[in-house]
Amino acid sequence: MPTRTVPPVAVFKARGLTKIYHVAETTVEALRGVDLDLYAGECVVMLGPSGSGKSTLLNILGGLDVPTSGVVHFRDHDLTAEDDDALTLYRREHVGFVFQFYNLIPSLTARENVALVTDIAANPMAAEEALALVGLAERMDHFPSQLSGGEQQRVAIARAVAKRPDVLLCDEPTGALDVRTGVLVMDVIDRVNRELGTTTAIITHNASISRMADRVVHLSDGRVTQVESNLQRCSARELVW
Amino acid sequence: MRTLRRKLLRDLMLLRGQSVAICLVMACGVGTYVMSLSTLHSLRHAQFTYYEQYGFADVFAHLKRAPDSMARRLAEIPGVAAVQTRVIAEVTLDVAGLDEPASGRLVSLGRTSEALNRVFLRRGRLPLERGVDEALVNEAFAEAHALRPGDTVTAVINGRRRALRVVGIALSPEYVYAIRSGEFLPDNRRFAVFWLPHVQLSAAYDMEGAFNDVTVALAPGASEAEVIRRVDQLLDRYGGSGAYGRSEQLSNKFVSNELTQLRAMALVTPAIFLSVTAFLLHIVFHRLIGAQREQIAVLKAFGYTRWEIGGYYLQLAALLLTVGSALGTGLGAWLGHALTELYTQFFRFPVFDYLLSVDVVATATAITGGAGLMGVWTAVRQAMLLPPAEAMRPEPPAAYRPTIVERMGWARRLPLAVRWILRQWERQPARTALSWIGVALATSVMVLGSFVEDAIDYVIDFQYFLAQRQDVTVTFVEPASSNSIHDLRRLPGVQLVEPFRSVPVRIHFGHNARRLGLLGLDPNQRLFRLMDARERRLDLPPEGLVISAKLAEVLGAGVGDMLTVEVLDGRRPTRQVVVAALLDDFTDPAAYMRLDALHRMLWEGPTVSGAFLAIDTRYKPELYRQLKGTPRVAGVSMKSSVLQTFRSTLAENLTRMRLFNIVFASVIACGVVYNSARISLAERSRDLATLRVLGFTRTEVSRILLGEFALLTMAAIPLGLYLGYGFAWLMTFALDTETQRFPLVVLPRTYGYAALVTIIAGAASALTVRRRLDRLDLIAVLKAHD
Repeated sequence: MPTRTVPPVAVFKARGLTKIYHVAETTVEALRGVDLDLYAGECVVMLGPSGSGKSTLLNILGGLDVPTSGVVHFRDHDLTAEDDDALTLYRREHVGFVFQFYNLIPSLTARENVALVTDIAANPMAAEEALALVGLAERMDHFPSQLSGGEQQRVAIARAVAKRPDVLLCDEPTGALDVRTGVLVMDVIDRVNRELGTTTAIITHNASISRMADRVVHLSDGRVTQVESNLQRCSARELVW
Repeated sequence: MRTLRRKLLRDLMLLRGQSVAICLVMACGVGTYVMSLSTLHSLRHAQFTYYEQYGFADVFAHLKRAPDSMARRLAEIPGVAAVQTRVIAEVTLDVAGLDEPASGRLVSLGRTSEALNRVFLRRGRLPLERGVDEALVNEAFAEAHALRPGDTVTAVINGRRRALRVVGIALSPEYVYAIRSGEFLPDNRRFAVFWLPHVQLSAAYDMEGAFNDVTVALAPGASEAEVIRRVDQLLDRYGGSGAYGRSEQLSNKFVSNELTQLRAMALVTPAIFLSVTAFLLHIVFHRLIGAQREQIAVLKAFGYTRWEIGGYYLQLAALLLTVGSALGTGLGAWLGHALTELYTQFFRFPVFDYLLSVDVVATATAITGGAGLMGVWTAVRQAMLLPPAEAMRPEPPAAYRPTIVERMGWARRLPLAVRWILRQWERQPARTALSWIGVALATSVMVLGSFVEDAIDYVIDFQYFLAQRQDVTVTFVEPASSNSIHDLRRLPGVQLVEPFRSVPVRIHFGHNARRLGLLGLDPNQRLFRLMDARERRLDLPPEGLVISAKLAEVLGAGVGDMLTVEVLDGRRPTRQVVVAALLDDFTDPAAYMRLDALHRMLWEGPTVSGAFLAIDTRYKPELYRQLKGTPRVAGVSMKSSVLQTFRSTLAENLTRMRLFNIVFASVIACGVVYNSARISLAERSRDLATLRVLGFTRTEVSRILLGEFALLTMAAIPLGLYLGYGFAWLMTFALDTETQRFPLVVLPRTYGYAALVTIIAGAASALTVRRRLDRLDLIAVLKAHD
């Protein structure tokens, strides 16, 4: 049974994206002409080996980086035409990030790490509510060093979703976690996607995770090689790897 | 090892901003040290060679009149190597272009073999023995009036106006610092020394075949005290006013004072700079070695010994120290040169060259090296002891906890950014405290530097406007009857006349003794008032002495002690007088008595030595004209002109000094804030980049990092002001000499200024760090694991 029909509204429209890095005297072509649409409310997993360009793509979608050529539209905004201040504002208003290494501020408690974002967001949920959503209501006043890796990643997710972002971008969210913890984290992301309807893109090189996606985008050598739609999207709790 | 050396240079390049900051702070420390000590050496050298080559005497005595035959008797005193007898006279001068009368001292020249106190002829020629009214004049006065050989100056000599013709410009070891006795500021426009042929001068004062001044050179190993005693014995009958040694010779006393104060300067300021240097090296090396843990581990894994690793970082430190010392030595030489130049305005030596000795440079380098080693040692040791396997792993993550403030429950009121900052501080209390003290030291250097200016202002204000309020002080050639006071009252523009009696005395207590002028004052004086350091008026007791607290200190006496007062004039009685009160003052040691009590002690009627006048300034020119022509008047001292000369000389120098202080304070503030901010940025770049990714703007992110330094600077300023006050307090002891004391006065403007300079310097260096913040590579920072 299909969980939902493919939504018609494209949140992101990327066309002809290339990205060339100049490292010392060599040039690295991270993206070689990527076309991709992401639709409102869907959960997309981007799959590919290291160096396939998935992180670069995610960074461009998240306004952390700009392509060498090509265009990206977020709704009506042309992200490629924006300057640094506009991109900052874009991240601030629309994007939630989750990183492989959590990137929590060690000197702030869980609640304060979330509050960092709710303080500057237009219509956030309470930090406590966000933490309750990820199952950490009991550990709100703990510092990162007092939390396990999984708990830290859940705080990072709470921080990302607390502003009620339009898109949630996750870069290897389970990369530093064991299976059991990884599943817990994916479950939280899954719930955010389903319950809040946040468009979610997850980068991973773990193919098992793709089972929880609406669509799976395969990248290789800087190109989108294949896009599959899951007819049946399984819940994160059913994942094994 | 060649590769390691290459790494050394690259590390240095990586640290270039911080290295420059450290080297500058170090250079200021070395610079102030080299400046003070080299100037001290130059001054001492100039003094020593001048005294040696021009036969500066060891013992000095003034008397009424003694026959020339006494010279032989004096020469026979055991321990006396040479004797010079002279005629000296105090006169008033009428100088073209100067309304008020100036004071002159005429010194006879060209008698005996002139082994002592020889003049150095800067320009012109010596006066001819038969050359009537030919004279040499001291250089400082000549410069002040642009006098050249051939010019004339009118002097009232023994009641007659005579035009002295300048034939040469001269210097003398007795007048390196030419100042009128009883004053504490030199006035080159209004005080002159003239040297005239002995024949001429003795004839003018009816002193043929006689002398009224003698100087003596001691044989090696002779006892100064014994010679003084014998000289006094011989001169007693001839009105000797007490012989004294070099330590009480006016010019020498001022030069020696300056040497003492320079030595004090060589201590305090460099110590502050070098401790800041040590601190900066400490934090920078800790950070560097922390960041290079993995490199150290790899090197060790490949077989580098711990000594090679330690040696590597020590070399890096040595490189910085070498650059800093070299820069500092250059700076010190430059400043020393300028300071020596400045001294030539006040101290007149035939040759006063700036000398930079190897000793000074070597000591400065050694001290800097020591301070540097202290700074880097713990970090280098840590690198040496790091076990390679552990070092391969990245540093463990930072553990935080709520701060004391938060545990006390006040936290909810604090903004998140402030809580963040406070936790950073609490996690590294030592480093935070050192940064805090570092910035505070910058503020304190500013206070310390400006305090002298405040103190001088205060002393001038105190001395000339609070205590000694007379406009003019008139001194008579000989003590006169009180009728002379009536004469003064009749002069144009004179509003108030208050007499004084001044008599040379030697005060003894136990083994200690001091020569000074005992001043008898009317108890109801309104012009010359005795004021203590708390600005309270002190009433003269009916009997007994009021003496400077400093005099009490050098004599070892206190209130209630009986002092032996040996009068060195007139009937020369010796009396026991009780110390009735002490007076905190800032200049030469002094002793005061009630006028009537002094008369009784001297067995004399109501005689006066001079008077203090308050005048109506509208009549000034007329008053000056009449005073110039009054033979009885030996000296006239005008407050306004003394102050004017002093201020104009001082103003320029103080401006320059203030500029240096600003530079020095800024160097420290910049050094500390820049280095601390760079390290904070390095340690927190990941957190700050995360914030940027989360949508914080550059301004918001820099507010967090720079807010930390704003808070630190704000917290450091009060401490710095307090420390500055403390250093100023220490400085008052270091600058405390018998002739000069600096009160501990720090004006609000100095505090304000110090705070402002610190804020500006801190803000400027924080802003350079902000530029780095703007260039944070968001993606790279997120990719890298802690």
